[in-house]
Amino acid sequence: MHGFANPKRFLNIARWLTTLLLVSGLVLAGGALAWGFFMVPPDRLMGDTVRILFLHVPAAWLGMGGWSAIAMSSLVFLVWRHPLAALAARGAAVPGMIFTAICLVTGSIWGRPTWGTWWVWDGRLTSMLVLLFLYVGYIALAQAVSRDGGSSRIPAIFGLVGAINIPIINRSVVWWNSLHQPASITMGKSAIDSTFLIPLLIAVAGFSLLFGGIVLARMRTLLADIQTEARLRRKAMG
Amino acid sequence: MITGLKPKHQRLILVLIALIALIGAGLLAASALRNQASYFYVPTQMAEKPPAPGQAVRLGGMVQEGSLQTLADGVTTTFVVGDGEATVPVRFAGILPDLFVEGSGVVAEGRLDAGGTFVADNLLAKHDENYVPRELQEMTEHQKNQVVAETEIGA
Repeated sequence: MHGFANPKRFLNIARWLTTLLLVSGLVLAGGALAWGFFMVPPDRLMGDTVRILFLHVPAAWLGMGGWSAIAMSSLVFLVWRHPLAALAARGAAVPGMIFTAICLVTGSIWGRPTWGTWWVWDGRLTSMLVLLFLYVGYIALAQAVSRDGGSSRIPAIFGLVGAINIPIINRSVVWWNSLHQPASITMGKSAIDSTFLIPLLIAVAGFSLLFGGIVLARMRTLLADIQTEARLRRKAMG
Repeated sequence: MITGLKPKHQRLILVLIALIALIGAGLLAASALRNQASYFYVPTQMAEKPPAPGQAVRLGGMVQEGSLQTLADGVTTTFVVGDGEATVPVRFAGILPDLFVEGSGVVAEGRLDAGGTFVADNLLAKHDENYVPRELQEMTEHQKNQVVAETEIGA
C-alpha cells in the first residue's frame, strides 16, 4: 500500500488509469442509459417514469459512495499522515456533491408523477439533503484550508464526523416510516425485475468507473497545483 | 500516553475510539428520533394512541381491497387504510393520484374527526420496492407470483 502512496509512482499509474476509467465509464454508463431510456418496457404502475431509475440509483449510490471515500481517505490521512489521502478526499468531494444533487433532482422529478409531490420531509429525502449540505461545507472548508494554509486535519475530521450521516441515509427507510420505498436491492435479493435490473447494474458500474476517473483527474490537478506553487516559491526566493 | 506504541498506532486507536463514540451517539440520537422522525402513523399506532381530533397528522398504510367507494357527489371518495392489524376509515374530496389503487400504499395528510374517520386534505401514493414491466400485468395471478418469486430468489 505504501508503494502506491509515493506521488511519483501514483502519477505514473494515474496517467493511463484516468483515461481508461473515464472512457470505459462513459461507454458503460452511456450504453446503460440508452438501454434504460429507450429500450426497456414501461413499468406496470409507473409507466415511462421508471426510466429515471437508471440515473437516480447510480447517482444516489455515488453520492453516498463519494462521502464514504472522503471518510476512508480522511482516516488514512489522520492516522498515517499521507498527503495523497488528503488529495483523494478533496478529489472525491466535487463529483460526490454533483451526484448527490443529480440524485435529489431526479428523485424530485420522479416523485411528482409517482407520489404526487415534488418533495416531502421524510427521513430518506431529508438525510440526503443533509448530505448535499455536508458536501458544500466540506468543499468550502477544504478550499479555505488549502488557500489560507491551515491544517489539512481540519477537513479530514469534518469528513470523518460527517460519515455518521451515511448509515442514517441507508437505514432511514427502515427505522422510520417514510414515503420513500425501502431498498429494492439487498444482499443477494432484488425486487426489481431482471428487465430493469441488468441495465441498472451496468449503469451503476459505468458511473462508478466514471467517478473513479474524475477523482484521479482531480487528484492530478491538485498535485500539479501544489508543484507549480512550490516551483514559483523557489523561483521567487532564488 | 500509552508507552511502547508507535505514534501512528496511537493515532489509529484514538481515531477508532472517537469513531465508535460518534457512531454510538448517532445511533442513540436516531433511535430517540424514532417516533418524531417518522413521516406518518400506521393504523395500529393510530388505534393505540389516537391523536387529538383536529390535530394535523399523516396516516400511511395499504388501501384495503374492495373498500374504495365514490360518494354521490362524485368527488368525495371513501376507503379503508389498514396495516394488517388495524384499519382506519378515510374520507377524501379531490383528485386521486395516478398510482392510487386498491391494494397499494398511500399516505394521507389530514386529521381525525370526532367519529374516528380520517379526513384527508391530500393523498400521496406510496410506491413499493417492486419494479415489474408492464407485460407481466397481463399474466395470470399464478404466473405473476412465479415471476416475482424467481426475481426474489435469483436477484
